[in-house]
Amino acid sequence: MSVGATPPPSSGAPGAGASGAGASGAVASTSQGKRSWTVRTREAGVGALPPEKLLPDGQPTYVDSWIYVFGVATLAALMVIVGSGLILSLKGPAWWHDTGVGHFFNSIHLWAVELFFFTMVVHLWGKYWMAAWRGGRARVWMTGAIAFLIAIPAALTGYVSQQNFDAQWISTQAKDAMNSIGAGAFFNVTNFGQMYSWHILLFPIAVVGVVAAHVLLVRRHGVVPPFELAERSKPPKQGHPETDGAPS
Amino acid sequence: MSRYTNRTREWVGPYAHYDLVKELCIALGVMTLLAVVLTILFSSPDEKPSTIAQWSTAMPADFVTTAVSELDGTSGTAEYGPPYNHAAEGQHATFLKPQEWLGVSHPIDTASAYVYEPLQTIPGDAAVRAATATYKAAPAAKRKQWTEAYSQALEKATVGPAGTLKVAPGEYGPVPIMMNALLGLAQTGGLEGNLLRSNQFFQSDYTKPLLFMADGKLLEERAEADHLLGEQWGMMNETGSYPGQSWLWLYTFWYQIEPFKASENADILVVLLMTVLSLAFLLIPFIPGLRDIPRWIPVHRLIWREHYRSTPSPES
Repeated sequence: MSVGATPPPSSGAPGAGASGAGASGAVASTSQGKRSWTVRTREAGVGALPPEKLLPDGQPTYVDSWIYVFGVATLAALMVIVGSGLILSLKGPAWWHDTGVGHFFNSIHLWAVELFFFTMVVHLWGKYWMAAWRGGRARVWMTGAIAFLIAIPAALTGYVSQQNFDAQWISTQAKDAMNSIGAGAFFNVTNFGQMYSWHILLFPIAVVGVVAAHVLLVRRHGVVPPFELAERSKPPKQGHPETDGAPS
Repeated sequence: MSRYTNRTREWVGPYAHYDLVKELCIALGVMTLLAVVLTILFSSPDEKPSTIAQWSTAMPADFVTTAVSELDGTSGTAEYGPPYNHAAEGQHATFLKPQEWLGVSHPIDTASAYVYEPLQTIPGDAAVRAATATYKAAPAAKRKQWTEAYSQALEKATVGPAGTLKVAPGEYGPVPIMMNALLGLAQTGGLEGNLLRSNQFFQSDYTKPLLFMADGKLLEERAEADHLLGEQWGMMNETGSYPGQSWLWLYTFWYQIEPFKASENADILVVLLMTVLSLAFLLIPFIPGLRDIPRWIPVHRLIWREHYRSTPSPES
């Protein structure tokens, strides 16, 4: 890794979007163009996350540990889950029971889920010990936590949609927890059709959406820097501005 | 909450080349390869589901005992409460009674769903129709007397040829005729279709047959053999030696200890506890103490050891 090749990304100040607005030339400069929802959306998007910040070709030198691998590994495992899930959904829920190829892709799907949770948990622990919510990064932490929490029912709906003995047993056990909090009234784990819909459409949209928001927030705020040496030896007496998660 | 302005300073030190897209592509390749290797080595579990036909053939006494409990309203489903019926209030935690509040959304009258309606589909069997009519017309006390006596006799029942049941003679009223007909229907596979019947041609809701089977012992025996019972941390396991839903370990853990283990309201108590813990997990950045632990226990020194090694302390 060579050092010093790329300057720090520019801040996300509104002015950063000028280049994006400038691309539209005279149209954006007119009062009509400034009222345009499209222009405003573009300027807000580019202002919040200019291209060099969205896809930087450099990272601060402190981004130098194996723990950082687990974030991108989680993302990659999610891609394998979605890919194998798409193939399984193309052929329908019974395919994997009847064919070797189907069973192969179901196994890929299962192990990708196991890898996803494993890498995500390691990533979460790593980010906890970094106190990665510092510096106005609370939303980064919270979207990561939500991704983990949503992934759990996403996986559960997969287990109860398997149409085998596992599905029979897990659904008849899980129903008690759902019913006890009233969720069973609208989320019936013994209804295969409903669970299959949640598993292949609603939960994937939710998980992918939250993970996408998480990644964009990481890119917007950058990777959390290390604790300063002096700060570690003398924590502030009043409050903890470094650990405060107030969004920027 | 006050808005602190003294945030973590933006990094003004050196930057290093970092190819994010290349890193993602390599990670995707590695994860795909890992999934393929794990697939080749371990495949995935797919134990065939149990059917009511299998259950009634392999365990006719248990099937009929379960059916009798559905008939007289003493089965797990019959006494469940919402969302299936009004037989109980359901679980609660102090004043919180969401199970009762949400009401009966999937109504199941077990006697009708599992006995009367399936028996009506048996064509041209006058004896069964007469027996059902006799049972329905009898006083509640008499019906209870018949079903209790028959249930006791079933404990010593023997299995005859072709899966039929033999019980000692007794005062069972029309119950044996009804149950023998239901057993025959189940053993031919006809009961499954009955329980999936609705106003639609296509079916996808297995609530009725699953609850019926869960009231019996077949699923439980299979689950015990596969270490899937609640006391075996079963909610996070799956058949075979697979990792299952290991991420549910904390949720499952609470069921193993008191006061949850013996509580009739264990499910709602555990779900509420996990909801509180999940909120705490979500809101760590705002919770004093929890957010300070990484400062007190400096694991970050290991993570950023290269940085700290190369950056001199301001105090030095």
